[in-house]
Amino acid sequence: MDLTELQEIAEAERQAQKSIRVHCCTSTGCQAANSLGVKKNLEGAVKAADLGDRVQVVGVGCMGFCGRGPLVEIDPQDKLYEEVTPDDAASIIESLNGGTATANEGDLNHPFFARQMRIVRETSGKIDPERIEEYIAAGGYQSLYKVIHDMTPAEVVDQISKSGLRGRGGGGYPTGLKWATMAKMPGEQKYVICNADEGDPGAFMDRSVLESDPHRVLEGMAIAGYAVGATQAFIYVRAEYPLAIDRLQKAIKQAKRLSLLGSQIFGSPFDFKVDIRIGAGAFVCGEETALIASVEGGRGLPRPRPPYPAQSGLWGCPTLINNVETFANIAVIIREGAEWYANIGTEKSKGTKVFALTGKIRNNGLIEVPMGITLREIVEEMGGGVPDGEVKAVQTGGPSGGCIPASLLDTPVDYDSLVTIGSMMGSGGMVVMDETTSMIEVAQFYMEFCRGETCGKCIPCRVGTVQMYQALTKILKGEATMRDIEQLEQLCGMVKDTSLCGLGQTAPNPVMSTLRYFRDEYLVLLQDSPNGKVAVKS
Amino acid sequence: MSVKTLTIDGVDVAIEEGATLLTAAKEAGVHIPTLCHLEGVTDVGACRLCLVEIEGINKLLPACVTEVSEGMKVHTNTETLQEYRRMVVEMLFSEGNHICAVCVVNGNCQLQDAAIEVGMDHTRFPYRFPQRDVDVSHDRFGLDHNRCILCTRCVRVCDEIEGAHVWDVAGRGPASRIISGLAQPWGEVEACTSCGKCVDACPTGSLFRKGSTVAEMEKDRGKVEFLVTAREEHKWTR
Amino acid sequence: MATVPTSRADTTAAKKPKEAKKGHPSGDKRFKVLDITMKRAQYRPDVLIEVLHKAQEAFGYLEEDVLLYVARGLKLPLSRVYGVATFYHLFSLKPGGTHTCVVCTGTACYVKGGGQVLSALEEHFGIQVGDTTPDGEMSLLSARCLGACGIAPAVVFDGTVAPKQTAELALEKVKGWME
Repeated sequence: MDLTELQEIAEAERQAQKSIRVHCCTSTGCQAANSLGVKKNLEGAVKAADLGDRVQVVGVGCMGFCGRGPLVEIDPQDKLYEEVTPDDAASIIESLNGGTATANEGDLNHPFFARQMRIVRETSGKIDPERIEEYIAAGGYQSLYKVIHDMTPAEVVDQISKSGLRGRGGGGYPTGLKWATMAKMPGEQKYVICNADEGDPGAFMDRSVLESDPHRVLEGMAIAGYAVGATQAFIYVRAEYPLAIDRLQKAIKQAKRLSLLGSQIFGSPFDFKVDIRIGAGAFVCGEETALIASVEGGRGLPRPRPPYPAQSGLWGCPTLINNVETFANIAVIIREGAEWYANIGTEKSKGTKVFALTGKIRNNGLIEVPMGITLREIVEEMGGGVPDGEVKAVQTGGPSGGCIPASLLDTPVDYDSLVTIGSMMGSGGMVVMDETTSMIEVAQFYMEFCRGETCGKCIPCRVGTVQMYQALTKILKGEATMRDIEQLEQLCGMVKDTSLCGLGQTAPNPVMSTLRYFRDEYLVLLQDSPNGKVAVKS
Repeated sequence: MSVKTLTIDGVDVAIEEGATLLTAAKEAGVHIPTLCHLEGVTDVGACRLCLVEIEGINKLLPACVTEVSEGMKVHTNTETLQEYRRMVVEMLFSEGNHICAVCVVNGNCQLQDAAIEVGMDHTRFPYRFPQRDVDVSHDRFGLDHNRCILCTRCVRVCDEIEGAHVWDVAGRGPASRIISGLAQPWGEVEACTSCGKCVDACPTGSLFRKGSTVAEMEKDRGKVEFLVTAREEHKWTR
Repeated sequence: MATVPTSRADTTAAKKPKEAKKGHPSGDKRFKVLDITMKRAQYRPDVLIEVLHKAQEAFGYLEEDVLLYVARGLKLPLSRVYGVATFYHLFSLKPGGTHTCVVCTGTACYVKGGGQVLSALEEHFGIQVGDTTPDGEMSLLSARCLGACGIAPAVVFDGTVAPKQTAELALEKVKGWME
């Protein structure tokens, strides 16, 4: 494979594409709402109307508006149909000839779409994720060619550093710095791992990227491999994502067939092999040292850092671990340049972030927005607010994050601002809660989660999560006193400071943030309620 | 070999590169409490008793696995650390069923020692009173899960020193438990060589020799260290 | 050079009868899947989780005999295999029901009433999550998050994700199995 061949594939694909493309979402969410039935009928309708020469039905990845699936989009007419049933299919095809479609037409000018900025998701919902040719036609694998032929590994690392990209898995560690450390590590054998163990409940950005555009992730990984000197990579995907696994497998196979993965990529000495590892239901495996233990076939137990994986990771070798969304940014940064990327976002948080906007909100789905946008813009403008009622809180960062009260909705979304107000970016889950939600119950929900997901290795996390859960239950039952609250706060501080890994260190966050912003809810339930109200036992 | 100098609780120490803070502290004559650490086997940094404060690092780090570096200023016994250590021990007592008055190692128990050292006289956490079993299927030894603190010293000794890997941890989180073989009765596990190293490695009365009664059993804590020195350096000294 | 083909032929000839001996003594063909997976990974211990996945697929759950077979195949200690099998929630060491019903308990589903769906099922069938009905017809499970938050609350009936569930919808579906 060389550049000419790559361009030939792209050209042939563009030639073969029909002038009208009917995009039908085939991601997990829409499939659950019978989008495959819709797709089948659309295909049947095209055939029946004898439009095969200018219309094609394409199964595409996620278009983002998951709450209104199945979604069908007409390209290039920019028409979006929502909640399409198989019965609507015929009328949608007729509408191409001037008929009226029976399906609900969506508003692509709505802020939900208009306010987005798509980098990671630039081709999501526009190409067929199961065909590498479509990715190539959209410019895919050109960045990989560019780095291998026109750039030294050091130049690649430099570009990533200059772009200001930070880890999208939650921690926000500068990606360029991670790569630079890795590149400097001595040793013949190095590994790249893509962390696709998206465990935060309420988050599905990574699933969507893998289902919609697996090659983008593979290309990012290969560029990383070239930059840091690794020839073997693993993608660790959770088993709960069967469709993502299936599409990744297909993508790897196709890329290998075209020699875009494997040996001597683009005729260079660079070899890069990617294997899939499937999780088995353990949230803690999202922690990088636990993930390594799991890839090695063991119990997913974290170990103390340092040494960091970049020093001693998989089988003791230097290992680069980045999250799906981080890798999905790479090819675009190489294509458009670090400066272009560094112009997007805020001073310390560059680029865009994909969020899963869910919960009590009118417009449910995936959005990609530039860093620095406020929570209010996301929740009220794009999300359309709570269907009936007011926003009470927005939860970000999953079990490691916190609940942000409505009064702080004007906070800009970037790594540091969210930490300052007691939450965190996390991987991108954003769950909206309204007045009917009890914040103590939310805290208890997350603690139940952590109690069930702690690996049990270190004492503060193993015992602390159980004790915190019990304390919250006691409070909810109306059996607690002020002393219990004090003790709970003490316990939160201790678990945070002494736990071995990120799971334990952040497990108290939902409790601490609700105690900080919704303290009154706790206080009214106390037997010695300090604000005068008498607790009612339920 | 390069040497690093650092201070631990104000005491100057010079020690070879690669040594852990725990070793350095010993050298400096500073005692740091531990439970999951056992001389001679790898460290896991799980019990969190040996956490120390290092100036310029905003996280507490476990002394057993943290390597020394030049100019480090380490504090091993600040008020925060004392409080946290106490809470760790309290957590252990609330988690299992630790009743010293009827325990074979009463008076010779490292959990008990830790409790005394951190000044714990009661636990602020409600006891959980878990339902746990006792396995006395082995002809010479017994395993009382009620007294297990999941330090995994038995697991590591059996794997790294004896090479039999009879023990491992099953389950997850609060439901974790030590198992032998395919969670079989210990006496039925073919891999067990009955060497008894796990019994000596155990910090509490969880693994015990049969026939010993309350407060009667003393464990040979130095056995593993002796074996490792003998094997690696060919020095048979205790 | 001439010796190369001969020696290759020799090794294949020598290997064949040995491989024929492989497999489970019971002759149960399902063990073959495990053999293939282990062999493809050259019996490296890191393939353990993948083999356990295959075993669970083939047998429905991980019975003791299977764990023993995998441990022998990969030359791993029994306790290690047991430890791994019980660490991960997706592996089950006891048989499940004919049908499975997995209720998502992720945050979005929780906020939108996934909990009520689960408790309705628990109450109606008198079982707890993780259990199977006494007649072995249905196992009731929960998932941390299916990542299908846009269509919350989601329930997976026998592997098919159903969107926007209510207690009534879920009960109706499950009762359909029981008839």
